[in-house]
Amino acid sequence: MFVGLIALWWQAMRRDPGEISQEQVRRLQNRWILAGGLALPLGSIALILALGIPAGRNMLPLPPAGGDAMVIEVKAYQWGWRVTYPDQDIELTDELHIPTDTPVDIHLTTADVIHSFWVPRLAGKLDTIPGRTNVLRLEASRPGEYRGQCAEFCGIGHAHMSFTVTAHPPEEYEKWREKAQADD
Amino acid sequence: MTEPDPNQHRAFERVWGNRPGWGALAAVNHTSIGLRFMGTGIFFFLVGGLLAMLIRTQIALPEQEIIGPETYNQLFTMHGTVMMFLFAIPVLEGLAIYMIPKMIGTRDLVFPRISSLGYYCYLFGGLIILSSLFLGIAPNSGWFMYTPLSSAEYAPGPGSDFWLLGITFVEISAMAAGIELTVSILRSRAPGMTLSKMPIFCWYILAMALMIVFGFPPLILGSILLELERAAGLPFFQVAGGGDPLLWQHLFWLFGHPEVYIIFLPAAGIVSTLIPVFAQRPLVGYRWIVLAIMITGFISFGLWVHHMFTVGIPQLAQAFFSAASMLVAVPTAIQVFAWLATLWVGKVIFSLPMLWVFGFLVVFVCGGLTGVMLALVPFNWQVHDTHFVVAHLHYVLVGGMFFPLMAGLYYWLPHLSGRMPSRNLGNWGFWLTFIGFNVTFLLMHLTGLLGMPRRVYTYESGMGWDGLNLLSSVGGFIMSAGIALIILDVVLHFRFGKPAPRNPWNADTLEWATRTPPSSYNFLSQPRIETRHPLWDRPDLPDTIAAGAHGLRDIGHGRREIYGTDAVHARLKEVIHLPTNSWWPLLSALALAVVCISLLIRTYPLALVALAVATGLLLRWSWENGAHPKAAPLGLQEPTDPPLHSRTCDGPGLWGMAVTLLADATLYLSLLFSWFYLWTVSPEWRLPEETPLALAPLVLCGLLLAAAVALYSRMTQRLRLGQDRNLLANTALVALLGVLHTAALIGVFAGADLRPTELAHDAVLMVMLFYLLFHSGLATVATGLQAWRVKLGYLSARLPYEPMVLKPFWMYTLGIFWLSVAVFLLLPMAWGSA
Repeated sequence: MFVGLIALWWQAMRRDPGEISQEQVRRLQNRWILAGGLALPLGSIALILALGIPAGRNMLPLPPAGGDAMVIEVKAYQWGWRVTYPDQDIELTDELHIPTDTPVDIHLTTADVIHSFWVPRLAGKLDTIPGRTNVLRLEASRPGEYRGQCAEFCGIGHAHMSFTVTAHPPEEYEKWREKAQADD
Repeated sequence: MTEPDPNQHRAFERVWGNRPGWGALAAVNHTSIGLRFMGTGIFFFLVGGLLAMLIRTQIALPEQEIIGPETYNQLFTMHGTVMMFLFAIPVLEGLAIYMIPKMIGTRDLVFPRISSLGYYCYLFGGLIILSSLFLGIAPNSGWFMYTPLSSAEYAPGPGSDFWLLGITFVEISAMAAGIELTVSILRSRAPGMTLSKMPIFCWYILAMALMIVFGFPPLILGSILLELERAAGLPFFQVAGGGDPLLWQHLFWLFGHPEVYIIFLPAAGIVSTLIPVFAQRPLVGYRWIVLAIMITGFISFGLWVHHMFTVGIPQLAQAFFSAASMLVAVPTAIQVFAWLATLWVGKVIFSLPMLWVFGFLVVFVCGGLTGVMLALVPFNWQVHDTHFVVAHLHYVLVGGMFFPLMAGLYYWLPHLSGRMPSRNLGNWGFWLTFIGFNVTFLLMHLTGLLGMPRRVYTYESGMGWDGLNLLSSVGGFIMSAGIALIILDVVLHFRFGKPAPRNPWNADTLEWATRTPPSSYNFLSQPRIETRHPLWDRPDLPDTIAAGAHGLRDIGHGRREIYGTDAVHARLKEVIHLPTNSWWPLLSALALAVVCISLLIRTYPLALVALAVATGLLLRWSWENGAHPKAAPLGLQEPTDPPLHSRTCDGPGLWGMAVTLLADATLYLSLLFSWFYLWTVSPEWRLPEETPLALAPLVLCGLLLAAAVALYSRMTQRLRLGQDRNLLANTALVALLGVLHTAALIGVFAGADLRPTELAHDAVLMVMLFYLLFHSGLATVATGLQAWRVKLGYLSARLPYEPMVLKPFWMYTLGIFWLSVAVFLLLPMAWGSA
């Protein structure tokens, strides 16, 4: 679309139209503006929204088919992430462990200013807002370590406010969990 | 080419010219003020550019520590602030101030002293903000100052105060320009120039001016609230007191998104002006473009939430704002295709300004496409606050504003210097800038997609960002070299440029009918304009204007006179007499600067004194008006057909008042928005058990106000009919009622049991009360002064103008009083009992 537009513009600048009557100009005006100014953008927008809105819905923390999603609480602070597994006695700093192929809801809060929780390869980002709890859905399909970081500027330590999310296959995750509980 | 008669020219220069030497600081002429705005704006552009270079140096390589995080945070905050508030908007305002009167065939803007005040507020405010950088205490919370990072707790230094107070001070200039340009375009076009014959640039500027009027008040309110929170502890944005940090984001982006279009529209106006001239054909689709401008203006106020997709907003709202954001592509596409069609039917003369227009198209269309991508919510969740967004916003702003501005600069250079720019150096400047820009920012899209967040002062090596960042920095320096060449080119052209012939590009608009460089009075006689393309249809206009063949050629009376015409059909209505050179604007701005600085250093007694001085100066300034001996005293030598505007009931002052009240009402609506927002959304909002204000005295207070307004409006009705019996007694009585009402309001305020530092509810009430008090007090003082003017004979049945101007202000004061009682008192009471 972009290249076509530039080419058209270039051609328009170079060409010599010769004599053109008022009537021809008016017809050209109506045709171009209706086609290029209205139909083109409206059509593209409809297409994008038709694809985009369902895609956005799929990313929402809706209740999964089989029961509730697993919950991890993350409290951001200047400058780090306090991670709590509710009812499991696990507290971590700057690292999360999740099982693969399991929907996980991250409950995001903040101890001070606004931060933003972002693991680029797993999900979009969501801000932590004072006085509120925001919920972000994560689901890793492959085991591995994923890097995450704060995406909302939050002061001097912002650049170094990173964390890791480690996804384990479910059995290994259970082992990790038992070990972590024992360590506490 | 006819030159005007030298004697005539000298006589006009004596009336319209600036004073020599230091007296030039008292200048109010729009050409001088416009040039000062643009010159100062370019200075700030260079400062902002320098900051950008420092930023790019720091992140050129991973894990560098050339600039520490603290300084880096100040640098990017100031880069954004300087470029947005001290360069982009003021330069475009300056261009409009310089250009508009010439394009609509008149001699000056309708409120010349306001132009001067605006300029000084901009200059002083800008210098105050800049000084913080040299003191090492610049704001460091990012240019949109999100709370609570910018609040007293997390930003204890004075940096945020510099931003809030300095920007608010600078905004005075934007508001002044917005109001003045609106009224000038509507009320002082050349006779015969109906709205549909207006040059397209004026439509763009009209839209920009109105958007300033409606767009800036939310930010001004937000800044006042945040400064009150920081200085006095009122918890508007603190959850614990019942406030909400997200309120700041709403207020900021309610301003911030229209602001993008406030910058883009005038720049698009330059493109729409240049393309027909270089195609030598009238613009195709003039009406379509006017429609597109209006749609852009409206839609832009409904998009602000798209800056906040990641804060956790309900899904339905996200879908709505996402669709609305994409819709703004429609009016833009209409304009692009209208430009294309114009080029298509014309035989294009390829010159340096057109090269910049071409660069604009490439860069801006790219920025527009990434904009549509960003409006898609799921994509936004991914790239929001990454370098992808940084790249997008630079494509839109540099492409949409800087490139057209450069096109305009080269196009109008001959107008302001009388010389033609060179071709070679200019071409080099363009290509270096264009290539440098794309190297920097095209690659930055990738850096962002690879996950690099914005505003990090450094990053680890091996994330795949290293090479891209280095190239971006190299591109940045290429672009700087290009800009240096452009500056060199412009400077050299003043010395070595070939003298420009009159109307060198064979343009169609009236600014090319003035001398180049222009004289202080623009047009020796003011022509009737009956066509959209005056210089194409009547090529002899410059000569007949200079020869004095048209209206208002008499200057013996020594007044600065222009035609006042009606808003739609441009029928001749009155002769507007304008004020001349004056020190009052400079002195008032200086006093306001002292207010600003004393608030910064938290010396409140000094602030109060300076505020009193500023008020005194402003009132003293307003005194020299109408029939005052220094303005236009009643006399024999005055025109009657049409009459002087101060002898009528409907002049530019009334329109200025109306537009000012629109801005004022927007400020009030922003306060109402904050009130309802906190009430419904804030997590810990609390209503006190009992309303802290006493209802009965408040009602009495409102009845006094109603009596004053009723009396005042009866008085103006009778003046309109030419009756001025008991005018003095009536005016004095209104002033007295005003005093009683204001005193009662102070009594209610003093007796109120407010705990503004504990409850956001009480804090909002307090701001509301101050707002009412300000209006009641001002209306009362102004009416008192009017009573005095009646006594001196400046106000009478022959001079009914000033009460007509003040009347809407009284009505507004009455309106907000009762609305406030209903919304801030009765509604919570009804809620509480239910």
